[in-house]
Amino acid sequence: MKTFAATSRADLAARAAAIGATCVAPFAEEVDEESRFPREAVDALRDDGQLSALVPTRLGGQGASIVDVAEATYRLATHCASTAMVYAMHHLGVACLVRHPTNELLESYLHELADRQLLLASATTETGTGGDVGSSICAVERSDGRFRLEKQTPVISYGQYADAVLATARRTIDSPSNDQVLVLCAPPGLSLEPISGWDALGFRGTCSSGFRLVAEGADAAVLPTPFDVISAETNLPVSHILWSHVWLGLAGAAVRQARSYVQSEARKRPGATPQGALRLAELDARYRQMAGLVRGAARRFDEMADDREALSSLDYAVEMNALKVSASRLVVDVVGGALLICGMAGYRQDSPFSLGRLLRDAYGAVLMLNNDRLLGANAQLLLVGGDRR
Amino acid sequence: MTGTRTDITASIREAVAAYGQLAVDVQTLADTDDLFHAGLTSLANVTVLLGLESAFGIEFPERMLRRSTFESISAIRSAVEELVGENEPT
Repeated sequence: MKTFAATSRADLAARAAAIGATCVAPFAEEVDEESRFPREAVDALRDDGQLSALVPTRLGGQGASIVDVAEATYRLATHCASTAMVYAMHHLGVACLVRHPTNELLESYLHELADRQLLLASATTETGTGGDVGSSICAVERSDGRFRLEKQTPVISYGQYADAVLATARRTIDSPSNDQVLVLCAPPGLSLEPISGWDALGFRGTCSSGFRLVAEGADAAVLPTPFDVISAETNLPVSHILWSHVWLGLAGAAVRQARSYVQSEARKRPGATPQGALRLAELDARYRQMAGLVRGAARRFDEMADDREALSSLDYAVEMNALKVSASRLVVDVVGGALLICGMAGYRQDSPFSLGRLLRDAYGAVLMLNNDRLLGANAQLLLVGGDRR
Repeated sequence: MTGTRTDITASIREAVAAYGQLAVDVQTLADTDDLFHAGLTSLANVTVLLGLESAFGIEFPERMLRRSTFESISAIRSAVEELVGENEPT
């Protein structure tokens, strides 16, 4: 078996930071401009063994926690939000596989994933469900120990570059739309036919095209745990936590840009406080507020990672929805604030203080899994509980 | 309203039928059948909960608001019985 440089979870984030500087930052502009997959970054992450971070050590991974992966996600995002989003989405898929009861086929896949550093993508949305990941139209058809699945999805981020796709579907052809399972769709029984391209304002490197997915294979590739359980205990919290770390990295990059702008102004006239200094102090406070929220959520998840009852409580669902809403608004606030500080230097595309890419990426945060949908869910969930007596 | 165990079950079935938006007729389900497999969503479940709170004059405490409490008619009945019992004068 191949051995990778990142053998322990302790140095995961530090190594991600090093990869960020050498293999992510130099290509970030090009990835954005050409809306292309950050292949240099993903190759480097593979070579470093980063793709198996969450896989248990007994299966050849590093047995890392969500805090470890979240911190690495953040480091990558300070250089390129698209790269960090690919990293986050991959680990979200792995988390779903490692945190729920498994079987021989799924375990051996995880082993292979660690060994060959395979990249996982997700197909949780479906054409026709109006963005509701909790319901499916497509269904798993099973017979003689085999399954078959056909799904039209408006988006599978980096689908063309992934080694396998985790797709949601109705449990059987007779199941209601919310009785879902998660299916590991892997070669040789996987075909992905692109049905739309990806030319968006931000997160251009995620190559989030639409696909017609057709998969078949041994039916042990269908995860034994119902998706609503996986969703409550893993998919919802881990996705919102890791995405929030992508946005935190984005916000951090904007704050650094604003700070170095104010510092350059200060050096021009020593003794006179630059105009933007006060705004920078305010921006820095807002950023630290966001960092506290986002990092706190990751720590709390690790603390309660095995308390399945608590993770599946309505209150925790409300908390995770609120995390996504707050963090996605804060990133827009912070990057916008940085623009006010850098002024025209930030507005220009050809200046070292340009904030164009960060601004475009930031606005994606409120849209990917629309905040209105999450607020609508919380509006409903808050009608009960809270121990009113 | 407290009543017997049969009354309680009937009221729970009524609330699930009225607000659960299930994919199947509630009467076809056994007390132990999984309601989430029958199409209950977490959001529809909130409405069922409100219906039960109104029917029984109870309030579900935070500790009960998790999937396992509402996964079947009999699971809901255990929760309701506990809360109804708490409200009764001893």
